[in-house]
Parts: sequence; C-alpha cells; structure tokens
Amino acid sequence: MSRLYVARNPRVAARSLDGEMMIMSGRDSTLFTLNQTASILWQAADGATPLEQIVQQKICTEFEIEPDEALRDAETLARDLASHGILQISEQPIVRGESK
Amino acid sequence: MRVNTTDRDFLRMLEDRYAGYVGSAPHAEIEFDIQLGPPGNSEADVHVTQSGGRWTLTRGDFRAEWEPAKRRGWIRQTASPYSMDAVLRIVHTLVLAKQGGFLLHSASAIRNGRAFLFAGVSEAGKTTISRLAPSDVTLLTDEISYVRKRDDGYLAFGTPFTGELAKLGENVSAPIAALYLLAKGRENRIDPVPAGEAARALLANLLFFAKDEELVQATFHAAFEFVSRVPISRLTFFPDARVWELIR
Repeated sequence: MSRLYVARNPRVAARSLDGEMMIMSGRDSTLFTLNQTASILWQAADGATPLEQIVQQKICTEFEIEPDEALRDAETLARDLASHGILQISEQPIVRGESK
Repeated sequence: MRVNTTDRDFLRMLEDRYAGYVGSAPHAEIEFDIQLGPPGNSEADVHVTQSGGRWTLTRGDFRAEWEPAKRRGWIRQTASPYSMDAVLRIVHTLVLAKQGGFLLHSASAIRNGRAFLFAGVSEAGKTTISRLAPSDVTLLTDEISYVRKRDDGYLAFGTPFTGELAKLGENVSAPIAALYLLAKGRENRIDPVPAGEAARALLANLLFFAKDEELVQATFHAAFEFVSRVPISRLTFFPDARVWELIR
C-alpha cells in the first residue's frame, strides 16, 4: 500500500458546531455533515502528515480498531471525501493545495 | 436601487407592483437600464455567474449584467413583474452576501419592536402564520425575508416579495429576536433545535443563485454567524390565532 497524504481543500467552507463538522462545497453548494471519523480525518489533514500516521495517532487512539483495518477504512473515506472535492489526496506531501 | 425605462406602461406597472417601496433619491447604490423584449420562459433555470467584476444573470425571460464597481447594469427582460422580481432577488442576494446578510425563505413580522422570522419550505405554514397574525403585528413578508447584518445583531426588513397572501410587506425594519422553523401540528409549542440542525435548516432555506466559490463560502459563514447570534427554535403550531400567544 503506497503512502498517502491528505489535505483539506481550501475551496470549501467548513465550520464545527457543537462537535458537528459541516462543509459546503464552493463548487456546487452541496452541504456535507461529517461523522466523527471523517471529522478527525478532516482536522488532521494538513497535507504533510501521512495518512498512516493520522490513523495511528488520531483514529486508533479514539476507536478500538486494528491499525490495518483502520488504515483501509481511512483510505476509502479519504478517496470518498476527495471525490466530493472536500479533501485533496496525493502520494506526495501536499503544500498549499499542490503536490510537491 | 434605481431602474430606468422609457416605457411608461412598464414604469406604471413597476410603481404599482412595488407600491410602498418606490421613492426618489439623488444617488442610487445600484442603477439598471431596462430594455423590454419579447416573452421568454420564466420556468427556465437561473444562471448567475461572475467574470472580471461583472455579474451576468440569465433566465428564459431575462438577461442582465451588472458591474458593482460601476454601480451600473442593464436588464433585458419580458415586460413582466415576475422577471423584475427575479432580478431584484438575485441582485440582493449578491449584495447581502458581501455584507453578511441574506434572503431567506421565511415569513417575517414585527411585534413589540422585535422581528420574528418563520422559515420553511412551501406548505410549511409561512402564509398561514402570516394570515393568523393579530392586529398589533406588522407583516414584513409571507415569503422571502430580507436579513441584514449589523454590529450588534441582525435586522429584518419588509420586502415586496409575496407568497400566497399576495400582500406586500410593510417597508419597515426591526432587530431580529428569533427565527422559528415551522412545523404544523395539533398543538402550539416551541422546542429547542440543536445548533447543527438549525444551521442545516437555515442553509436549506437561503436563497442563493450564484455559481461563485467566494460568495458560496461567504454565505455559508454568514449562516453560521447568524446561528451563533440569533435564537433558533422549532415552532409547531395548530393553525389558529392562539399560536401568536407564543410570539412576543
């Protein structure tokens, strides 16, 4: 499995309200409400921390789940969020919205 | 906003349509020259785009361009008040979005110097609750509320945009005291709404037309700012005048 980096898409608007993370796509005004795992992923998605490390440090410490399974789920989630334009994903660190 | 037309009949129609909202001022924030054209399809999709500081608004029955920096634009439209209504609504959503305000699918009214908004989709009860308002209530609209932000809160203004009530709102304003999400029921009661649900409901009822990322983001944040500053509750009501005993 290749190393994956995730970054918040700067072209969406995001707000956390009473623990609920809501995101609106600037592209088509679609509103997304993230679940707890997606919220953790969104908040940790700095473009520099590998997904594997985010899973180990932020997700596995929060939920009782095997690291390999958690990483697979996180990859699926990250790709799904990326398909909606919420996250950017790359096999290289992402700086200011672009891969190095 | 000033509109210029050489067609006297159309001018008369506008004066009649927007009675109470027509005035004269030496300077206008926005000025449009109107050209009347053949009938078009008012059911067509609305497109609102911006390029190089110029907004383009189109629907089957109108096309308009507006340059905010120059404060001027033009509208080519069917000689119908509905076409003008649509252009006015769109332009005001653009203006308000820059100021932290918005147009909202809601009835609104003033009681005891405070404005109350009643939001909901079609059939939620906006016109019903407006119709049930007692005599000490000033109706601002039964369909589309005009919300402007100011330093210490929000103001609701009357609008000429009507729903089934077909009655123009009063051209006055007041600080917004509460927003109620309407639901019809067998009794009258007010229930708290979690902040996330309130934000989703508010966003769902905002009027917004522009395909413009910057403005989408501004409107999104404006909605959350509103939720953080204005009490939002669910108003379940049985359609008789007693519901207004809760609105004070």
